[in-house]
Amino acid sequence: MSAIVSRLVQALMVAILIGTATFVMMRSLPGDAAWRIAAGRYGYDNVDAAAADAVRAELGLDGPAHMALLQWLGDLVRLDFGNSLVTGQPVVDEIAHQLGASASLALVAVLLSLVIGPPLGILAGLRPGGRLDRALLVTSTGIKAVPQFLVALVLIVILAVQLRWLPAAGHGAARHFILPSLTLALGLAAVNARIARDAMARIADMPFWRFAQWKGLSERQTLLRHGLRNVSVPLITYLGLQFVTLVEGVIIVESVFGWPGIGHALVHAIFSRDVPMVQGTALVLGLGFVLVNAAIDLAIRHLDPRTAA
Amino acid sequence: MTKLTLRAALALTCLSMPMLAQADETLDVVAQFEIQAPEPSTSGYIFTRMGVAETLVNAHSDGTLTPGLATSWEVSEDGLTWAFALRDGVLFHDGTKMTADTVVNALEIARAKPGPLQTLPITGIAASEGTVTVTLSEPFAALPAFLAEFRSQILSPGSFAPDGTGVKIIGTGPYRITAIEPPLSLDASAFADYWGAAPHIADVSYTGVSRVETRALMAESGEAEFVFGLDPASVSRLNMLDTVEVLSVAIPRTLLIKVNAGHPFLNERDARRALSLAIDRTGIAKAVLRYPEGAGQLFPPSVAGWHDDTLAPLGQDVEAAKTLLRNLGWAAGSDGILRRDGARFELTLTTYPDRPELPLVAAVLEQQFRAIGVDLAINTTNSSEIPAGHQNGTLELGLIARNFSLIPDPIGTVLSDYVGNGDWGAMNWQNEGFTALVRGLARGEGGDAERAQAAGILQAELPIIPIAWYQQTLAVSDKVTGATIDPFERSFGLQTMRWAE
Repeated sequence: MSAIVSRLVQALMVAILIGTATFVMMRSLPGDAAWRIAAGRYGYDNVDAAAADAVRAELGLDGPAHMALLQWLGDLVRLDFGNSLVTGQPVVDEIAHQLGASASLALVAVLLSLVIGPPLGILAGLRPGGRLDRALLVTSTGIKAVPQFLVALVLIVILAVQLRWLPAAGHGAARHFILPSLTLALGLAAVNARIARDAMARIADMPFWRFAQWKGLSERQTLLRHGLRNVSVPLITYLGLQFVTLVEGVIIVESVFGWPGIGHALVHAIFSRDVPMVQGTALVLGLGFVLVNAAIDLAIRHLDPRTAA
Repeated sequence: MTKLTLRAALALTCLSMPMLAQADETLDVVAQFEIQAPEPSTSGYIFTRMGVAETLVNAHSDGTLTPGLATSWEVSEDGLTWAFALRDGVLFHDGTKMTADTVVNALEIARAKPGPLQTLPITGIAASEGTVTVTLSEPFAALPAFLAEFRSQILSPGSFAPDGTGVKIIGTGPYRITAIEPPLSLDASAFADYWGAAPHIADVSYTGVSRVETRALMAESGEAEFVFGLDPASVSRLNMLDTVEVLSVAIPRTLLIKVNAGHPFLNERDARRALSLAIDRTGIAKAVLRYPEGAGQLFPPSVAGWHDDTLAPLGQDVEAAKTLLRNLGWAAGSDGILRRDGARFELTLTTYPDRPELPLVAAVLEQQFRAIGVDLAINTTNSSEIPAGHQNGTLELGLIARNFSLIPDPIGTVLSDYVGNGDWGAMNWQNEGFTALVRGLARGEGGDAERAQAAGILQAELPIIPIAWYQQTLAVSDKVTGATIDPFERSFGLQTMRWAE
């Protein structure tokens, strides 16, 4: 119970800190906000003094900064994120639409990474120093060393352009998920395979493991009854940290694959000084981080009851 | 727990496999533009290009105006009253009839938002039976061309909130929007009650993809049938494929340097000419843009009347440039950079990355200007820094891409850029002869001789330094026929396309 309360307090602190920090950072960027917003709205062919003046008059950008911040915090209490300065649509609608697209992509990527990474890691961990273990070390280091946009382009060139199995980019159908989620999943799997491998190697070296085998369990039975649960604890803990990698990856992958997600939205909002949109997006990502960590805490308690004591 | 997720993910992957090679009957269009909102003043060009919304006046590919939702138009003797006769039997996509009142409503809403209509001397727009009358405070011959611009699109009154904000796109075009998901996608189907010829392809979709590499790969993989806006590297690759045809057309857009003619180093005409003589236009065109040649004058050949074949083309002559600067009192310092009265010849060139070729050309210019002793610092920033720097006087040089025919008659852009204090045109430069000529042309006096004369003044005075004329390129799949490319960038021409037999 106290854990939930502390997480709620944490969430509130995160909300206030993120809102204030993004506001201060956006305000201190060089350049006139009205011009930037006008460029975002009307494009480089049509941005001119008349457009910037219209934006300034409409949004009242000349007011004092602290009043704007107080108003935003006040609106936040009423769960009102305001309207985007560029599109005029409610921020909450835009985020809901874009977060949905990103969250589904991220979820598929995490699931896919769990299919690829941990099984290979566990197999490698059971035979440390073996052929699979060495191959996995080279492969995962290699994948992690290549920037994600390059992985994305290589996958497009092979699977979409050469083999024509999958669409190169786009959004809407299930087949559009495969390449972007695979790009993200490979990056995640490269790391969680290593985590699973190290955990497995450590556990397989423990006395209880040898005891289990001595009392007559096969390696398969030992793994299913005593191994998986132990390996899953560091793996799931690490999943929380991978959320950061995921958010970072989503921004790049969305731009390569033309995916209408929150990463894409955040980048555009920053370029065109869409402060409410930046605040809203950063807030949702920050709270998402708190939520993921809370969920992982609960999962770990369930898996390893010793930590609750 | 792990087993369950394994199974779920495996099932998900397997489920999606059969859909991979699915054939579809939708014509997929891909371009760089994002749909911001169902708002004609910001994203209207996507709706007109996709054939969803229409304008009173259309433009032929040679620039002549043709009837759109207005069948004809005439101007009164004094040039102050324009009457547009509306087409009969036009229905909006919501089934309501287009009337003079609905047209006036749409134009009044457009006129209240930033855009070209705001710059015109319009005193009123009135509706009468089947006719819309526009009254002016002074004659303006190019009014019909302004009504061909995307922000003058005619939408039904149901498209707007009470304050005039766009909430829905209910146009009159051959295609009707069935789903719109800002910022990246739009689906449309043929509108059964369209007044003109029905389109051959029933379903179309639009996807905004900002990365040019991804767009080119979508064309290459056959994922999209119509891919707009390609970069030179992709064009060479796509040209080698049998399944894709690359179309290319010269468009009335010029890559140029906007010069602050009030700057102490740049207020002499010979200084601007020296900068112009330092530029290797053919080299930039071939190496960076992969076009056959650079711009010999401001207006490309496609801008009828304003382009003058007899004008001596701008060229490169480094020695002549050095001589011009020497005559102005500049002498090389120890670092090779020119100095005059203790001032070093250093300038900042501002540009923006929205068009990827601009920063590349800027880097080349830095080298070419150094050869005549001018030190260039490059500032790649937001596009709005150019008009903002124009307004507050801090801009020195700006590298920009300017389109002269977003309104099909260049007079609007010429008037705002070189007569008025246009943010994207001449800076601290006025020329009485030029102003008189262009004002006269705007009123409808004079013809091609006057246009050529005005272009000649810009060539001699160089308030801006032209570098290259643009080409628009697009890739079309061999699955469709009948694709065209519009030099005025008004339409994708989807209604004339067919599936290949």
